[in-house]
Amino acid sequence: MSSPVDQAKNAEAFLADTAHEARLDKLLWAMRMRRDAAARLVPEWEELRTLASEIKEHTLSNLAQYLIQFEARATANGIIVHWARDAHEHNQIVYDLLAEQGTDILVKSKSMLTEECELRPFLERRGIRVTETDLGERIQQLDDQPPGHIVGPAIHKTNKDVAVLFSQKYGSDANNEDTAYLAGVMRENTRPDFLHAPAGMTGANFVVAETGAIVVATNEGNADLSANTPQLHICSVGIEKIIPTTESLGVFIRLLARSATGDAITQYTSMFRGPRKGAAMHVILVDNGRSARLGMQRFWHSLKCIRCAACMNTCPVYRRSGGLSYGATYMGPIGIIMMPTFELRKYSELPFASTLNGSCSNVCPVKIDIHEQIYGWREVMEENDQIQVVKKEAMRIADEVLSHPTLYQIATATLSTALEVLPHFAIYNRLNAWGKHRDVPEAATKTFHEWYRNNRPRTNEVDR
Amino acid sequence: MSSSQALSRNTILDSVRANQPAARSMPIIPHFHTNKPADLVATFSQSIARMAGVVVTEHVPDFDSFLRTKFSDAKVICSAIPEYAGTIKPASLNHWSEASTIDVCVLRSPMGVAETGSILLSDLELQVNTIAFLAHDLVVLLDPKQIVGNIHDAYEHPYFKLRSYSVLMTGPSGSGDIGGIVVHPAQAAKTLTVLLSPAPDAVQRAG
Repeated sequence: MSSPVDQAKNAEAFLADTAHEARLDKLLWAMRMRRDAAARLVPEWEELRTLASEIKEHTLSNLAQYLIQFEARATANGIIVHWARDAHEHNQIVYDLLAEQGTDILVKSKSMLTEECELRPFLERRGIRVTETDLGERIQQLDDQPPGHIVGPAIHKTNKDVAVLFSQKYGSDANNEDTAYLAGVMRENTRPDFLHAPAGMTGANFVVAETGAIVVATNEGNADLSANTPQLHICSVGIEKIIPTTESLGVFIRLLARSATGDAITQYTSMFRGPRKGAAMHVILVDNGRSARLGMQRFWHSLKCIRCAACMNTCPVYRRSGGLSYGATYMGPIGIIMMPTFELRKYSELPFASTLNGSCSNVCPVKIDIHEQIYGWREVMEENDQIQVVKKEAMRIADEVLSHPTLYQIATATLSTALEVLPHFAIYNRLNAWGKHRDVPEAATKTFHEWYRNNRPRTNEVDR
Repeated sequence: MSSSQALSRNTILDSVRANQPAARSMPIIPHFHTNKPADLVATFSQSIARMAGVVVTEHVPDFDSFLRTKFSDAKVICSAIPEYAGTIKPASLNHWSEASTIDVCVLRSPMGVAETGSILLSDLELQVNTIAFLAHDLVVLLDPKQIVGNIHDAYEHPYFKLRSYSVLMTGPSGSGDIGGIVVHPAQAAKTLTVLLSPAPDAVQRAG
């Protein structure tokens, strides 16, 4: 059994590197601001969010029917549809398709599902060379790290980091930190693989039941190259990505890029409805725990996610601790509510990596009640005895104090004095997890109760 | 379907049926036409400019000389439109990867989208899908009368239900993966120029 991922401890290393930490915070907050500006330009923004949520809820509550419809339409279009119950089955299907074709090189575009299934190491152990063709994903592959963000996998790295990495792996100039130069190095080194790889792989942002089509949104054009250049296109997709119609697709396309980066749309929003003449297209529908999550009354809404990462960009904990600290495929607020469904104990600490400020729910384009689900997962951890002793004891004391008004008043009245006279070690110790990397704010000289007693209007004053 | 695939399929569908919540209704999706921009061409031009695409609105009397001036180093010009020869046609490519030899690719799009500055291309126009991605520079002709208001209008185009491949393309390839600043190009086309030009049959009808 895996020991729990200690997000707070992992974040300490990131926080210690103040240059990276401050830069990531600024970068992601700028993305959040761009998202806000883009949303303001669309008068029907809130209506679109409601529609997106309702379409997803409709689809998920009729999922079996839509999966069957997609399978029938896609098959009629010439796509071969596969079903994978779990990660291993998915990986085996991909490997068998590549082996059947005698392929030892695979070009692939970014897919969080293949990260979830750990496809790349599975294939590499079997002699397949995999080239990630999304710039951020390739950077992470070359650095032997998982993605730190679901839209910008290497967003936590500086230009200098990438320049040094590329110089080691590609022999480029380690001192040239220009972004366009580094993107050019990637282009030069990836293009030969696009031209020669016999097989390409993509994920999918949406799957349209009505037409049997898959939809992929990218900025780099790498998904279109991965799917169109080789003779074999394999697409892996989670069963929750299905939507009913092309008409409903419009709602999501209007929300996706604006929520992610603040752009009105991605450079390429591509629809693959069937293989080209003489080529093959396979779609693998993957469950891997999704159908079980559909039955979780409190948590099935997380399946509405369209992977825009707006919740990460707005989250103060994510922005200050970096995506790798979550030790998980999906990170940030959406990761907190998805990962425990994969492995309860391993991700039992994640629900505490949140301030519950609700900002994630406010920016979510499909209106997932993220912060309420985070709170719900805390309750689940408590019910399943997965909470650390220190946290539990702090909560027990808080419960005692908050449920007794007299105790509460004594505690708040003495706080100001206590903070003044107590030595540093008494305030900042391992029992005060909050105080790590943060200063406890100065307490007000008067409590609210004291202020109210002195300032409340007399009855006759109110009458007058 | 193999027996193991049938087993996986049935297991997943059974689990979905057992777990899916009580059915919720599908909402009616409006097209939000009350917010339609008054000038579709101007909005289209502004939208594509934000994504680093270039729009040429003035009349181009000599297309060949326009191309030769704009892309003076271009040796291989692939034309996928009947009214311009170029140096090669998509049909002359033996393999789809050969499109990497193309300097400039000339296409005609059947639809533009004002809201986003996107143009529609499909396997019908491209013939070889990779020409739009492996060529260095793209020049796309678009009839200004074929610009629609928003993405809802765009997805009414019949291609999305008929063509094997279709793409809403918005500017040249780009990436914001390093430092969060978008640079061009990424993996595909380096530039995208949209030339507003009435479709040939529209010109004939007008004449």
